[in-house]
Amino acid sequence: MTRPFNRSAMRRVAASLMLSAAVLGTGLTAASAETLRWARVGDALTLDPHSANEGPTSTLLHHVYETLVRRNTDGSLAPRLATEWFIHPDDPTVWVFKLREGVKFHDGADFTAEDVVASVTRVTSETSDFKGLHTAVAGAEAVDDYTVHIKLNGPSPLYVQNLTNFFIMDKGWIEANGVQTPQDFKAGEEKFTVRNTNGTGPYTLVSRDPEVRTVLALNPNHWDATPAVTEIIYTPIKEAATRVAALLSGEVDFVQDVPVQDIERLSNTAGIAVSTGAENRTIFFSYDMSSDSLISLPGDNPFKKPQVREAMALALDRDAIRQVVMRGQSVPGAQNVPPFVNGHDAALDAYGAPDYDRAKALMTEAGYPDGFSVDLNCPNDRYINDEAICQAYVGMLGRIGIKANLVSQSRTIHFPAIQNGQVDFYLLGWGVPTFDSQYVFDFLVHSPADGRGGWNGSRYSNPELDAKIASLATETDLAKRDATIAEIWKTIQEDRVFLMVHNQLLAYAAKDNINIAVHPENQPSMTTVTFK
Amino acid sequence: MNRIARAWDSDIAWSFRHSPVAMLAALVALLIILSAVLAPWIAPHDPFNPASLNLMDGFTPPMEPNAFTGNVFWLGTDNQGRDIFSAILYGARISLFVGFSAVVFAMVLGISIGLLAAWRGGWVDSLLMRIADVQLSFPSILIALLIFGIARGVIPPAYREEMAIWVLIVAIGLSDWVQFARVVRGAALVEKSKEYVQAARLVGAHPARIVLSHILPNVMGPVLVIATIGLALAIIAEATLSFLGVGVPPTQPSLGTLIRIGQGFLFSGEWWIILFPSIALLALALSVNLLGDWLRDALNPRLK
Repeated sequence: MTRPFNRSAMRRVAASLMLSAAVLGTGLTAASAETLRWARVGDALTLDPHSANEGPTSTLLHHVYETLVRRNTDGSLAPRLATEWFIHPDDPTVWVFKLREGVKFHDGADFTAEDVVASVTRVTSETSDFKGLHTAVAGAEAVDDYTVHIKLNGPSPLYVQNLTNFFIMDKGWIEANGVQTPQDFKAGEEKFTVRNTNGTGPYTLVSRDPEVRTVLALNPNHWDATPAVTEIIYTPIKEAATRVAALLSGEVDFVQDVPVQDIERLSNTAGIAVSTGAENRTIFFSYDMSSDSLISLPGDNPFKKPQVREAMALALDRDAIRQVVMRGQSVPGAQNVPPFVNGHDAALDAYGAPDYDRAKALMTEAGYPDGFSVDLNCPNDRYINDEAICQAYVGMLGRIGIKANLVSQSRTIHFPAIQNGQVDFYLLGWGVPTFDSQYVFDFLVHSPADGRGGWNGSRYSNPELDAKIASLATETDLAKRDATIAEIWKTIQEDRVFLMVHNQLLAYAAKDNINIAVHPENQPSMTTVTFK
Repeated sequence: MNRIARAWDSDIAWSFRHSPVAMLAALVALLIILSAVLAPWIAPHDPFNPASLNLMDGFTPPMEPNAFTGNVFWLGTDNQGRDIFSAILYGARISLFVGFSAVVFAMVLGISIGLLAAWRGGWVDSLLMRIADVQLSFPSILIALLIFGIARGVIPPAYREEMAIWVLIVAIGLSDWVQFARVVRGAALVEKSKEYVQAARLVGAHPARIVLSHILPNVMGPVLVIATIGLALAIIAEATLSFLGVGVPPTQPSLGTLIRIGQGFLFSGEWWIILFPSIALLALALSVNLLGDWLRDALNPRLK
């Protein structure tokens, strides 16, 4: 309870020390230095760039490490460490990347094709959480210092879309520190890469105190234009009110996760500007629909019954959640994919009003006239009002006899539990960085095998569908590919693999002299920040 | 009748009758305890039954009809559409149950250890009192958090929710036994050398009998004082743990949980969600504390 106070007191002491140092040093560099104090609900799970495929982790890592390509806010790709990329004219299974010259890692090493090859090897290894994006990769080859060939198992015209969160590491640094494989995050492994970094990015890591504070400083040798922000102080603040209070009191400059209840208040506060926009992220429930016995209900699994899944969908009052829990800051839907992603279908996304009588009849039909009791696992520090959404749904399920015991935990516990198959029924959010449905299928729908299905907590396994999903990676006829995607979605909706709640809307709040736009993937880059 | 009359004429009752603060505190404490015990019959809603909640009732201000459902709630509703008044009654029930049970647990443990240390003396005494010293050097809330964390790791997830309250009781109880043990040990050492104890020894009474039926009744005075003040502390400890989110599950809110929920709406104008549970917690803890203070004064012959 006393920690935030101590921390802020320490920060004040530190600030006054720095101030006096600046005064003593007659303000040598203070004039052009701009520090941005950035707060959001949670910290990056790790600094290992290939260990946790998770939004806040990638967001922070984009400041230290760089990718071959980056995505513009309109969804198109822009050059980053690669200046050009194209499919090899003689071999449709090879992607060619021309690399930027003269780039250096933070430790001074040159960036060359060998570093990309080492990173490809690392990101496709067993403990990588991103391997689902690189299942088509057969190998990488450095043709010369600044040209890389990535060989795929078949033609894959969309492969480059998978590279927007693929961070490049230095080969020499990987070998010197013995970190050839990524940290096994879900097994709780500790590695050198978790707290140490060596990227090519615009900022270098100054200090890291997990869950407390991470400081990044400008990398003076960066290849791109010098950003206005020269220092970033990243502070996770879990409690909604504390986070808002920190912005109101001037303790932080930018709050990325503004609680929906405080948007109005902050908008009306002089000196603070709030911007809102749609996020590329769906929030949904899912359940173990394959096992014969649940962890919290040994000997039985009601989720195997289609009637139970339908009854649960009929009990979900999406409009009430939007109205009360989200205060209008969400777009409810029934298809677990955001509207601007390839494969979204307005007809599948349409949802009906809850029907508790019909739901109860279905429960009786399924053999559960008195309902059943099961655990519902929910994160409490990841999505907008995640715990409150779960709690509201617990009430709705109660009306059809399902007693859901809410197990609300931090995402550092919740996410590994899903990946390790230790939850029966859970809430999860999913963004689609590739802007294509294949990403959803690869991670959430495909059986956990062949590097896919890493986040398939429903244990859904449909060999026919798996074959269709696998065919997407190498299908070159885009019309045919879209038809397959539509077929897959139809099956997913019929089998009710997901119980979609809504698409999140984002709200950022910052001091009004700071220009920062809502990023659709919720991965704002501090290099784009300007000051008025 | 005779006994009641004698009790009425006793020193303690006299002191009670002449202390308006004690009488007021007793009245408030009694009122809260009674309404908590009778909550299922008094409360207009059952906030622990999620099925009875209507989400659309959420954020209703006190004494105003809800914009969608038209329902009116005395003290308003929280973010899940729970009636705050009912939630306070049920929440106080949990807070009091955890508080009482934790104090009884700490008292039994502390008295046993204190008596054992005083009676056996020697290395047993030294060992037990050094353990107590070590524990005293940590804040008790930290120890409770530690015990809670260990329990979370040990108990399988399927039983966590049912066990949460018992874990809380054990955690608070284990962090609080030291004061009981020290006071009992001190008092028992004094009693041990008195003539009636020596007489009992001479006639060959069993040590357990001497300790339990001769020494124990004579050290209970100070124990009662600590227990009363300890109750207030235990209630606060439970609220703190629940406020930190490690206490009871969010679907069964105690006063601390309600305050934690309300804290999220401090800036958005829904003041009633945090205010009323806070007042209830304040009234409960303050009245019990004042009673404890009065009891300490009343039982202390030197202050008369």
